[in-house]
Amino acid sequence: MDALIQQFFNLAIMERALPLVLTGLKQTVLLCLLVIPLGLAGGLAVALLSLSHRRAVRWIAVVGIDFFRAVPPLVLLIFVYSGLPFAGFRPSPVTAVAIAFFLNTSSYYGEIYRAGIESVGAGQWDAARSTGLRGWQTLAYVVLPQAVRNVLPDLVSNTVEVVKLTSIASVVALPELLYSADMARSVTFNSSPIVLAALIYLAMLWPVVRLVSRLERRIAT
Amino acid sequence: MDGWSRFVDVFFKPELIERYSPAILKGVVVTVEVAAAVVVTGLALGLVLAILRSFRVLPLSALIVVFADMFRALPPLVLVLLTFFGLPNVGINLPSFVVLWLVLALVLAAFAEEIFWAGILSIPKGQWEAARSTGLGFLATLTYVVLPQALRLTVPPITNRTVAITKNTALGTVIGVGEILNQATAATSFAGNATPLMMGAIAYVILFIPVVALGRFLETRFAWRRA
Repeated sequence: MDALIQQFFNLAIMERALPLVLTGLKQTVLLCLLVIPLGLAGGLAVALLSLSHRRAVRWIAVVGIDFFRAVPPLVLLIFVYSGLPFAGFRPSPVTAVAIAFFLNTSSYYGEIYRAGIESVGAGQWDAARSTGLRGWQTLAYVVLPQAVRNVLPDLVSNTVEVVKLTSIASVVALPELLYSADMARSVTFNSSPIVLAALIYLAMLWPVVRLVSRLERRIAT
Repeated sequence: MDGWSRFVDVFFKPELIERYSPAILKGVVVTVEVAAAVVVTGLALGLVLAILRSFRVLPLSALIVVFADMFRALPPLVLVLLTFFGLPNVGINLPSFVVLWLVLALVLAAFAEEIFWAGILSIPKGQWEAARSTGLGFLATLTYVVLPQALRLTVPPITNRTVAITKNTALGTVIGVGEILNQATAATSFAGNATPLMMGAIAYVILFIPVVALGRFLETRFAWRRA
């Protein structure tokens, strides 16, 4: 028991690791501010493509979405970071993460938006257009607000997944939360810094996970 | 060299495809083994937890909720590193394969429990009351009346979630599990060419596109929570 506490909950080591871990946290937050908006925007574009009137466009969008949902994000990231340099493109860790995350999260967000837009009745489109709104105005002011509300739990829960996913940026040496904690671990030969990082992830995400569960239940009934 | 042959030379070099196919295939076997173990144990544990929760014993339910929340809120890579580097120092030595399986199975169990539980909750109270009044016991009601209806509803979300978590077998490369990505990165740095990485990515697509497509089909078949 004592060994367990020494190894995982060593307060002295946690205290020493805290400054490093906090700089990692800052990177994680910045990374989220980069990849979440990118994914949300890309997802919307993908969703609109997958609802296109042209069969060929729809088909390409669906194949693209399923392709990037089938490749593990870490494989995508390592491919971009250590595969593309062989073709003469040498992305920095942040660029590699941005590209890989954009491809992966756009596909997931895209599927959620699509379900949301499909859940808004065709009558809404017709009514809005007949009042003189243009196509994009109908989308922005009438359809999307309802669509987003209908799939809000899924959007939030996917965002939780994206925040968790930023931890794989540690594999390409981007000094985010997990990377900094793991540095501290390898210096101290003690797992407490990773427990500290885990506690920070929990503090950030547990309330959101609870919220999602409540949102889902409210909509289910 | 023109652009196309340069592209082929970097990502689809024939002699490298031939040389590294056995390694990638070995990786495929490991990935499939871990994935199968994770899916079977994770879903089974998730179902057991959801059933235990339906007994509505407060301390037990609270424990299950805490477990499910924690494993849904923590990044799997954090759990993998914590288990892999932490446990040996307290005298527990697990092979990396086992660490990967254990962590992913627990993560899947946490998500599966929440989905199964939502399915159980979605069955109207009248179904319980009607079944109980015909003389069925609590367990019999659950097994023959509630679960068959509840599980049907959970098929699409469970499929999608299972695919998403099973893809995390790629995280095993960080702790040296010889799965596809591990074999591919090793071969790529050895050969000084991106062909093995491309082979690895293609292997993943071949493995997972059928399940992703199945998830898409199931979603349209049994629409879940249509707003």
